Amino acid sequence: MSLAIPAHAQEQTITIANLNKSYDQAAKGELHYILKDVNITIKGGEFFVLLGPSGCGKSTLLNMIAGFVSKTEGQLKVGKQEVHKPGQDRAVVFQQADASLFPWLNVRENVEFGLKMKKVNKTKRQEISKYYIELVGLKGHERKYPRELSGGMKQRVQLARVLANDSSILLMDEPFGALDAMTRRTMQKELSHIWRQTGKTVIFVTHDIQEAVLLGQRIGIMSRGPNSKVTDIYDIPFQYPRDPGQPEFIKLEKAIQAHFDHEYSI
Amino acid sequence: MNILKNKWISNVLLWLFVIVIWQIGAAIYGPDVIPGPLATLLSASELIADGSLLHYIGISFYRVFVGWVLGSLIAIPLGLIIGRVTIVRIFAEPFLNFIRFIPPIAFITLFLVWFGIGEQSKIALILYATLFIVIMNTLTGVLAVEEDKIRAARSLGASEWQILIHVVIPATVPYMFTGVRLAMGTSYMAIIGAEMIAANEGLGYLIWNSRLFFRTDWIFVGLISLGLIGFCTDRLVGLFGKKVLYRYGIISSEPIRR
Repeated sequence: MSLAIPAHAQEQTITIANLNKSYDQAAKGELHYILKDVNITIKGGEFFVLLGPSGCGKSTLLNMIAGFVSKTEGQLKVGKQEVHKPGQDRAVVFQQADASLFPWLNVRENVEFGLKMKKVNKTKRQEISKYYIELVGLKGHERKYPRELSGGMKQRVQLARVLANDSSILLMDEPFGALDAMTRRTMQKELSHIWRQTGKTVIFVTHDIQEAVLLGQRIGIMSRGPNSKVTDIYDIPFQYPRDPGQPEFIKLEKAIQAHFDHEYSI
Repeated sequence: MNILKNKWISNVLLWLFVIVIWQIGAAIYGPDVIPGPLATLLSASELIADGSLLHYIGISFYRVFVGWVLGSLIAIPLGLIIGRVTIVRIFAEPFLNFIRFIPPIAFITLFLVWFGIGEQSKIALILYATLFIVIMNTLTGVLAVEEDKIRAARSLGASEWQILIHVVIPATVPYMFTGVRLAMGTSYMAIIGAEMIAANEGLGYLIWNSRLFFRTDWIFVGLISLGLIGFCTDRLVGLFGKKVLYRYGIISSEPIRR
């Protein structure tokens, strides 16, 4: 299989303009916004990190891009298409692998799920799943069920499942949040490697500053809710693979930390 | 005390203990009130010899089995529809919660009037006993499917129909299985009631009819047979769950070794 970056990936710019979200009923007068006036443009093939404190609405924003949650006002487009429902161009890696994997299917069947739904024939399915299972480092575990895997391995299954489905955009909602520090570090390295290899667009939600600086080309900083929005965007100029011990790395990490400290001191 | 951890030894000890207590009871109160283990065994062999015991067990089991299978086959799709379609659930739920408090036994007379005194009324009763337990469990299972699973399937390109077949149903299997297993117990209770009131064969008939001859030993034989077939069918259903439905996360009822 070729690893060439698909041409359509480059066209899939995600445009978010003046986007608002409220869970209130519009009829009941004044709306209380979770997200208010969010503006970001994410280029095809980019690794974009959404960084913000818990409860700021990062997951809500991600779920809106995924098409799970509808917007209240504003513009949300993938390519030229307005988003209003989930689509195969956008794949989601959820935080809780146990809640999102199918426990009655083994690793290979989980990875092949999307292909089976599209009625791809068995030989082709196996060829694709074999490739991605190897890519995420799960070779030899194909016949195991999710309950027989560790937390890190389950997240690898999720990753292989969305990669096998050939979506151009990966939406990742704190995928490594529930892992131990060592596993998390390995997974970050491998995700970064896989992203460079496959050329997918990644939107990665986290509240871990180091993780954000380690992975992202750009980091969008979200303010605390309600009425939260992307207040600043940091460009991360470092080469991959990155070393979190580098002085420049630490400096940037501290700058972002200071940004949040400042916001909280108000 | 390590020897007690051996399943076979502890089980044999338990049953020996039960039989000893039983024998003591029989010795104190006399055979008319509590027939002893030996007397019960003798009556059992008597009833086996004339063929009636096995026939009664067979007929009771047949009634339970047919009603239970039919009830489950009707209840599972109904539970899925009620769980998946909100508008149906809004109408069905109050009705379900009303009717499930009416025990099957309360319907015996009506079912006799509606379905006649033959097999139909008994099978209908078991069907009723099974139906609501399985519907309620299936429904609960459908509502308990994690939103993330449905979202994942949807973003992987599954249609609503595919989500039902490939996500909702497999995720609900453990709940259906629990419902079906519980319903088996309720079915035995219902069939005994029905056979006591309106039958001339079956274990319920044996237990009820024995009072006319003051044969408490026959009652004991009936009770023990009931316990035994209930236990055996539950084990069979459990074994089926463990072997066939393992991938759906059915947990065996075997005691866990710690």
